[in-house]
Amino acid sequence: MFDARKELKAEAANRQITQDRITVGLATCGMAAGAGPVFDALKNASLGINVEPVGCIGMCYNEPIVMVRQSGRLAIYAKVTIENVSQLINCIRRGEECSSLLACHDISELDFYKKQKRQVMENCGIISPLKIDQYAAREGYQGLKIALGKKPAEVVLEVKTSGLRGRGGAGFSTGLKWSFIADKPGKKYIICNGDEGDPGAFMNRTVMESDPFRIIEGMTIAGYATGTDEGIIYTRAEYPLAIDTLSKAIKIAYENHLLGKNIMGVKGFNFDISIQKGAGAFVCGEETALINSIEGKRGMPRPRPPYPAECGLYGRPTIINNVGTLANIPFIMRAGAAEYARTGTEKSKGTKEVCLTGKIQRSGVVEVPMGTTLREIVYEIGGGAPAGTKIKAVLTGGPAGGCIPDEKLDTPFDYETLQMLGAIMGSGGVVVINDEACMVEVARYFMNFTQQESCGKCTPCREGTKRLLEMLIRVTRGVGEEADIDKILHLCEFVRDNALCGLGQNACNPVFSSIKFFRDEYVLHLKEKRCSTNACQNLVSYFITEKCVGCGNCARNCPVQCISGKPRERHIIDQSKSIKCGNCHKVCAFKAVEKR
Amino acid sequence: MAKIKFTINNIPVKGKPGDMIMDVAKRNGIHIPHFCMDSRLERIGACRLCIVEITGMPKLQASCCTPIKEGMVIQTHSTRVLEARRINMELLLANHDLNCTTCKENLSCKLQKYAEELMIRDLRYTGEKREEPVDNSSVSIRRDNNKCILCEKCVRVCNELQTVYAIGLQNRGFTTKVGPAFGMNMQESACVNCGQCVIACPTAALSEKSDINEVINALNSGKMCIAQTAPSIRATLGECFGMPAGTPVTGKMVTALREIGFQKVFDTDLGADITIIEEATEFVKRLRENKNLPMITTCCPAWIKFGEQFFYKELSHMSSCKSPQAILASLIKTYYAKKIGKKPQDIILVDIMPCTAKKFEITRPEFKGEADYVLTTVELSKLLKQFDVDFARLKDSDFDSPLGTSTGAGAIFGHTGGVMEAALRTAADWLGKKDLKNIDYKGIRGMETLKEAEIKIGRKTLKICVVHTLGEARKIMEDIRAKKSPYHFIEIMACYGGCVGGGGQPGSSKPEILQKRASALIKEDISKKIRKSHKNPGAIKIYKEYLGEFGGEKAHKLLHTRYHKREFV
Repeated sequence: MFDARKELKAEAANRQITQDRITVGLATCGMAAGAGPVFDALKNASLGINVEPVGCIGMCYNEPIVMVRQSGRLAIYAKVTIENVSQLINCIRRGEECSSLLACHDISELDFYKKQKRQVMENCGIISPLKIDQYAAREGYQGLKIALGKKPAEVVLEVKTSGLRGRGGAGFSTGLKWSFIADKPGKKYIICNGDEGDPGAFMNRTVMESDPFRIIEGMTIAGYATGTDEGIIYTRAEYPLAIDTLSKAIKIAYENHLLGKNIMGVKGFNFDISIQKGAGAFVCGEETALINSIEGKRGMPRPRPPYPAECGLYGRPTIINNVGTLANIPFIMRAGAAEYARTGTEKSKGTKEVCLTGKIQRSGVVEVPMGTTLREIVYEIGGGAPAGTKIKAVLTGGPAGGCIPDEKLDTPFDYETLQMLGAIMGSGGVVVINDEACMVEVARYFMNFTQQESCGKCTPCREGTKRLLEMLIRVTRGVGEEADIDKILHLCEFVRDNALCGLGQNACNPVFSSIKFFRDEYVLHLKEKRCSTNACQNLVSYFITEKCVGCGNCARNCPVQCISGKPRERHIIDQSKSIKCGNCHKVCAFKAVEKR
Repeated sequence: MAKIKFTINNIPVKGKPGDMIMDVAKRNGIHIPHFCMDSRLERIGACRLCIVEITGMPKLQASCCTPIKEGMVIQTHSTRVLEARRINMELLLANHDLNCTTCKENLSCKLQKYAEELMIRDLRYTGEKREEPVDNSSVSIRRDNNKCILCEKCVRVCNELQTVYAIGLQNRGFTTKVGPAFGMNMQESACVNCGQCVIACPTAALSEKSDINEVINALNSGKMCIAQTAPSIRATLGECFGMPAGTPVTGKMVTALREIGFQKVFDTDLGADITIIEEATEFVKRLRENKNLPMITTCCPAWIKFGEQFFYKELSHMSSCKSPQAILASLIKTYYAKKIGKKPQDIILVDIMPCTAKKFEITRPEFKGEADYVLTTVELSKLLKQFDVDFARLKDSDFDSPLGTSTGAGAIFGHTGGVMEAALRTAADWLGKKDLKNIDYKGIRGMETLKEAEIKIGRKTLKICVVHTLGEARKIMEDIRAKKSPYHFIEIMACYGGCVGGGGQPGSSKPEILQKRASALIKEDISKKIRKSHKNPGAIKIYKEYLGEFGGEKAHKLLHTRYHKREFV
């Protein structure tokens, strides 16, 4: 039988990974931080050590990241830019550590990683993404080998027993979903959903760019288990690097007989994968809209039933699994369902990748056992708020999610408990906000997003979210009365109970959630026409204090000339003419302009 | 099959697996309001007006596309459901042009109907409103997106049923709108003017292009005004005045037209008879030469534009014969004008037609100077109402000579299968060289969109086919293109039901209604002494006096036409 380790030259690759080596994180986070020129500089420096690109190791706050193993010793450097890379190069030439850029000797030293359990991300930032031999050196394709040694039904049972639930947000049992099409005759499809539309979510992108073979292996196992011969990865067009990486990886897999006909020498087991790009619609992350999009139609959801397992792509039985879900499969096959199920809570097994962003010390992609509390994630992994600020709440689940105030952060991060709080896990994005954020504005922001992304098919979502957006804008402007809050809630309930698809049904979660925990902010806006965080432009006024030295800078920069005053005398703003643009506040060097 | 038992409004009901809640409710006399559901089309669950409450399900479900399950407990009009419908309607009205009193659909609009039933007295959620210019570019159809409720029926009819794909949804969210692609207007689009979208539209977002004012001006111009009425009008005009579907109103229709100022009222059925004479002649010739078969009828201008756009390589299959209105219009402006000593330009001819596509047909350059205006059935009814004609009380009158005599064959043109039946009556006589007695071809009547039959005439077996809706026409043409078509003669009607379901008729696509209208025409056919076109004494006289031989040179010049390739986007 096909021996992945031998065929893919895992031994040699393992040496490559574990011996002297310089790696630079060139995933999108790294590239955005400026890692490209750093990689070139290190390569061109002819240091006598192999320089390789790797993906994202997860601590995006430290990018660009360079890992140097020299003479058997590993040093991990952070925030290496084109400006300071020459320091690092000199140190490497001298065989010394570069202390000014050193972050740690091993990621386990960092608080960021102490509570993490890297299973899905075990290769991210370690292997060169397109080196299939390095993937094999890290147990890649062992999962598929084990699966092929079982009967398809046994593989389905293994996945079911593991307790793996869909990582796209709905949390449906993956093994159960697979069983729906496993026995159906004729042509079937497996679709990998890489549309990842939630603002603040990029865990799928990370795996696609950093460990593409994992996804391919996971899909192939799914194909074997369900008797399906064709897989399609649907990924949003806004992920060019992920698309490029996946395309190349797919090609390499074909070249190594890991895709196509008679995979791993198993006669009759054929599986093809192709990539389909999205075209800029959040709603195409919804499975039936996604199917319509692949079929070349307008991306609008279909009524369910029939579910895709009955009638999906081109009318055939189809499974749609999130990238994150499929990325768990190789590990489950290798380690077994029982081992996988030892991590997590009773109903939510395994680990979850979380994108931790916002007003926090350390942001990036983390992987924690299900059931880890949000407090642990935000404070211990994320390091809490930067000095001088206080965390107000945490937003989970993107535009379909809710807010969890700081007092409630002891909530375990799993499907059920978050839902009970009125939030959802969604794809796993966690955005931290502080006292500078106005909760009404947060609700408005998400409603604006939802209304722009609404496909327009059904009345409740198309018209309802528009009216809700208009009402929320009025609240941010202090227009209206306290009774409007209940009017908003009434329309929200209508949209939630009547919309055709998950986008509309969950569009109002941020509103429900922010009113539940922060109703006082809404009341303040409407009753006293004030915004407690001064974030709402219309409710803010600018006022010049005694600190003013009369330099006149503010008056010169005022677009409506509403500031008057003599030189060296305290200036004054005419509130009736002020358009509250905040320019004076920005340009004052003496901190004399107060925002109230 | 095992029956599924459940309850609706505490009433025990039964259904088959695969039934939707709304269908079972309807069978049990429970009406659930809806906009976007149409039993001929894919059920998309878009309007959410048909939502119902199902015990055990936290959200409300759309009854048009939710399958029934054993033991379901459903409430169709609970407080929660009614409030949801109310908010839904309020949201639609908040983004709608509410100038009802000056709207074409005033008093017949579905949005008004439901607003009244749900007792909407206040719009709680208002704000920005859609404001788009009205698209008046097309000669047949007017599009006003400010009255659109985005039920998508027009889009689905155009795409699924008619396969023209002239319109679709554009943009997203609140800015979603219906229209042709790439910002084209209706005139630039591939629209074939069939008007099935107008029939489907529950509001005045889509309506026929009005020519009523032009006709009123014509009637006051001092020139001679002649009207001709298509075969199906007499079966549908009554509905505009509250009469039940299928009430024949031929005599009243003629009287009404005279009352409002038409000096002569001629019968397009005569044109239909002449169409048959010419077309049967043509068919017999093609059959003998075995060339350009199957032959396809060409009374339907929407089908002709469809063919010219999408199947221009197969145009030789079309009969070169003009449509009945075009034939009669030609005769009126030549033969009749000469007879009464008037110049053709001093006669104004108004066609009363079931279809919006006829408004396009009379603008074809080949038909210049013939018919001047087209009024649809609905437009005629509005004109009569403006003149306060008490339609129901009118006495019957007859059509005028010499262009008023018609046979039963001409009468049945108005429903699907009628043209074929009329043609067969003549073709069979001529091919079999005898006067056949059995002339009812029942096998090609009815609402099936594709009907086939085999007719034995002498030693020959004719394979014929009748289709309606352009989706079926497309399949037929694709077979012809692939040289797989087994037929000799094909009738194509663009509209569902044939002309009785035309874009200018009182709106309904319910098969029961269309069938009632068709039976009015069949009744007229049976009531006539002469039921074969070639025996029409009026037609025979015209050939003798003016046209010469059946299918002869002069007949060909006057009564036949050409088709050409049409570009489309």
